[in-house]
Amino acid sequence: MSADTDVEVLRRQGRIVVVGASLAGLRAAETLREKGFTGSLTMIGDELYEPYDRPPLSKQALLGRARPEDTALPRRRDIDAEWRLGVAAADLDRDAKQVRLVNGDTVPYDRLLITTGTRARPWFHPEEAALDGVFVLRTRDDSARLYRKLTGGVRRVLVIGAGFTGSEVASACREHGLEVTVAERGPAPLVGALGGVIGAVADRLQRKHGVDLRCGVSVTALEGGDVGRLRRAHLSDGSVIDVEVAVVSLGAMRNTEWLAGSGVAAGPRGIACDAGCRVFDVNGIVTDDIYAAGDVARSPHPLFDYQFLALEHWGNAVEQAEIAAHNMICAGPDRRPHLWLPMFWSSQFGVNIKSVGVPSLGGQLVVAQGTLAEERFVAVYGYRGRVIAAVSFDGAKWLGFYEQQIASGAPFPPEYRSVDRRSETLQPIESAFPDPHLPTHGPTITLTGHSPSERRVTFVPSHA
Amino acid sequence: MTSGTISAQITDYAHRADPYPLYAELRKQPVRREDDGTYLVSTYYEVRSLANDPRLSNDTSNRPPGYARPGQPAEETGLPPSFIFTDPPVHDRLRGTINRPFGPPHSPRFLDGLRGELAKVVTELLDAFEGKDQVDVVEDFAYPLPVTAICRVLGVPREDEPRFHVWADVLASSLDPRSGDDDGPEKAQRARQELGAYLSDLIETKRRHPGPGMLSALAPDMTPADLEATAVLLLVAGHETTVNAITNTTLTLLRHPDVLERFQKDPDLAVPIIEEVLRYEPPVQFVPWTTALADIDVAGTTIPKGSPVWLMLAAANRDPRRFEDPDRFDPDRKDNEHLGFYTGIHYCFGAPLARIELHLAVPELFRRVKFSRLIEDPPPYRANAVLRGPRQLPVAIEGLTA
Ligand SMILES: Cc1cc2nc3c(=O)[nH]c(=O)nc-3n(C[C@H](O)[C@H](O)[C@H](O)COP(=O)(O)OP(=O)(O)OC[C@H]3O[C@@H](n4cnc5c(N)ncnc54)[C@H](O)[C@@H]3O)c2cc1C
Repeated sequence: MSADTDVEVLRRQGRIVVVGASLAGLRAAETLREKGFTGSLTMIGDELYEPYDRPPLSKQALLGRARPEDTALPRRRDIDAEWRLGVAAADLDRDAKQVRLVNGDTVPYDRLLITTGTRARPWFHPEEAALDGVFVLRTRDDSARLYRKLTGGVRRVLVIGAGFTGSEVASACREHGLEVTVAERGPAPLVGALGGVIGAVADRLQRKHGVDLRCGVSVTALEGGDVGRLRRAHLSDGSVIDVEVAVVSLGAMRNTEWLAGSGVAAGPRGIACDAGCRVFDVNGIVTDDIYAAGDVARSPHPLFDYQFLALEHWGNAVEQAEIAAHNMICAGPDRRPHLWLPMFWSSQFGVNIKSVGVPSLGGQLVVAQGTLAEERFVAVYGYRGRVIAAVSFDGAKWLGFYEQQIASGAPFPPEYRSVDRRSETLQPIESAFPDPHLPTHGPTITLTGHSPSERRVTFVPSHA
Repeated sequence: MTSGTISAQITDYAHRADPYPLYAELRKQPVRREDDGTYLVSTYYEVRSLANDPRLSNDTSNRPPGYARPGQPAEETGLPPSFIFTDPPVHDRLRGTINRPFGPPHSPRFLDGLRGELAKVVTELLDAFEGKDQVDVVEDFAYPLPVTAICRVLGVPREDEPRFHVWADVLASSLDPRSGDDDGPEKAQRARQELGAYLSDLIETKRRHPGPGMLSALAPDMTPADLEATAVLLLVAGHETTVNAITNTTLTLLRHPDVLERFQKDPDLAVPIIEEVLRYEPPVQFVPWTTALADIDVAGTTIPKGSPVWLMLAAANRDPRRFEDPDRFDPDRKDNEHLGFYTGIHYCFGAPLARIELHLAVPELFRRVKFSRLIEDPPPYRANAVLRGPRQLPVAIEGLTA
């Protein structure tokens, strides 16, 4: 097929299929058209809705400040696609180059983009998960149902898991004046993403806002009443709580099952792809016609020891989708790497939290600006003598600077004077991640350039 | 052009009407050291990154002795520095407090609530053009509107304006790093003292008899000295910046009849036109009051700790690496992230108010007034190199529609 070899033919009359019609899928489609792709474009999504935004679902939507149905993603341009909504892709036939849908239809492609994202990890006990009053939060419908419940006269809510989503739900509950218990297996909220030191700040924040926070315990069972309604929860420390609502916030699982047997390197940790978003097959050989982007993708990042990172971040989905779209329709030498610096934000208990880089790689941290006690600060994470991440509480405006520090492999701990630095010397402390990740070799990479099209990797001598 | 003289040329009045060739010269060396150890930064990415760099301080007491300390209150005025001359945490605390009565989330409707009255002011000012064949856009239009606005925002009696006009002028000139006469600093100090005393009385009255406006709203939450310093700053800023923005927009449109013609057919063009003027002729041309707290590497140069740094916003706004064909006035520009209101934690506090005023003033001015020509081009400019704008903008007009 000429479209495989001739990029010009592909751009004009190729067939591109996108599986997963959400943030990454939509942004990729828009980019394809922007870059002059005039062939056929098919968007396959198992949800009934056109692409919508998820971050507001656990924030504004739960507060009644935005209706979940109003979170449709703004369109940057018309994408002139055939939409196949409400129908999941069931499997992938690489030899025939087609995707089969659950309704039996097949959709042939010259280039395939996989953006099937993640889903909420369900409560481990299916019968308990089915009780009326047990929720997860991933979709528009989840958010609408939970909002109705929270404003429908309940008194106490149990949030299981104090990661970002769980903490945001707890925050929304408090704003509604509901009593809320948060049960977290780790030693503090947000500890997996930001470590114990910052976790302790989040801990204080939750208690200050009246959350009944219980760390170091897990929920062992959810108990229903006669009519299948949630009544109480049992905790590993033997305590029992009467609750009408439980929000299960135990993280996400990658939607890769439909790829089983297809021969692509897809599994519970995501779909492995190269920095150009091209998917690997199970042999570790890169394909040239299958791409992946967004929450479902795992790709090596030069700044982080070429570790394969899978990121569940809004901004990553957008940029990776743009890179994938660009690379799908251009010749080899014009392809670009996805060298995004991980970044995400959250808002909870009146505080804006933002992070750049990969905090969980950082074994140590210093408070570079502000103070932990005021819950207004920037903490900088170090990894083998270089800055690897920064997290701010109500200090997002500074993070652009720390992003540059990370990209340029700046030494850790930072030695310079800065505004709002409260101590003369910055004494690094252990950032207290539950399971410290010990990488193997030193930094030799920096990133340069102001925009994705300019961004390049530069090798520099190690700081060691 | 030899090195070491460019900052003097920028402040030299001879270049006021068109400083852009100097800025282009400057950009050839994005970070440039002047003989007195001042560093001028003129390219977009470098200015933006420094404006967001925690190693750069706005607190002028960090300047080594001997360097100009614009805006620095002499100890005798008894006033703390206004919040543009502070760093966090003081800055964040002050700005956070001041923001409460001014905007969202606490006062989402405060500024919107002023629209009606400001629109009335615009109408009255334009009505007064009736029967004239020549007006001064500054005196007759661009100046009275922002002054009324800032008086309303603060809750300061509009009638007192002639009194504080003079003080505001002197204080604005003191931001200019090389403001002409030698007794400049003393004059500025006296002006600050006198304006402060005026406002202090007013604040005292507001404490006892609260009324509308920010001064009343803030009186319970701030020390008298902090509130006084804040009021001085906002009053001066309200006087000197939006005036220039309105005048610059008028001048730019009159110089670009093609755009003006489109604008008169399509009033929605106001939004991109106003943003493009903020890029093309920003009312604050540069920020000459920051100091490096540490050695900072930018664009291959190290700015040593303690150096005064000038961030050249207007030069950055015309950096060809960031804006295509930057010397062209082009309201169709996409992705116009100009630095006209600065960036980072010191991003213009009054930007939302300024935008409201511009959007009330500019479309109405060009809807009602039939302009025939600029009487003087370039018009006479104010002395100030930092807050740059025409002192007068005389134009011939041919009539007024209702
Ligand atoms: C409640 C919530 C709050 C969040 N808040 C933040 C935040 O504050 N900041 C931040 O950076 N990020 C946040 N995120 C994460 C962010 O929303 C995700 O990173 C982003 O949605 C990823 O986009 P995606 O397109 O890769 O995947 P998804 O949005 O997960 O989309 C994947 C789509 O593919 C569909 N799909 C799955 N399998 C199939 C199949 N076999 N066939 C067809 N379709 C399929 C799915 O149903 C889904 O519609 C939040 C997420 C949630 C759920």
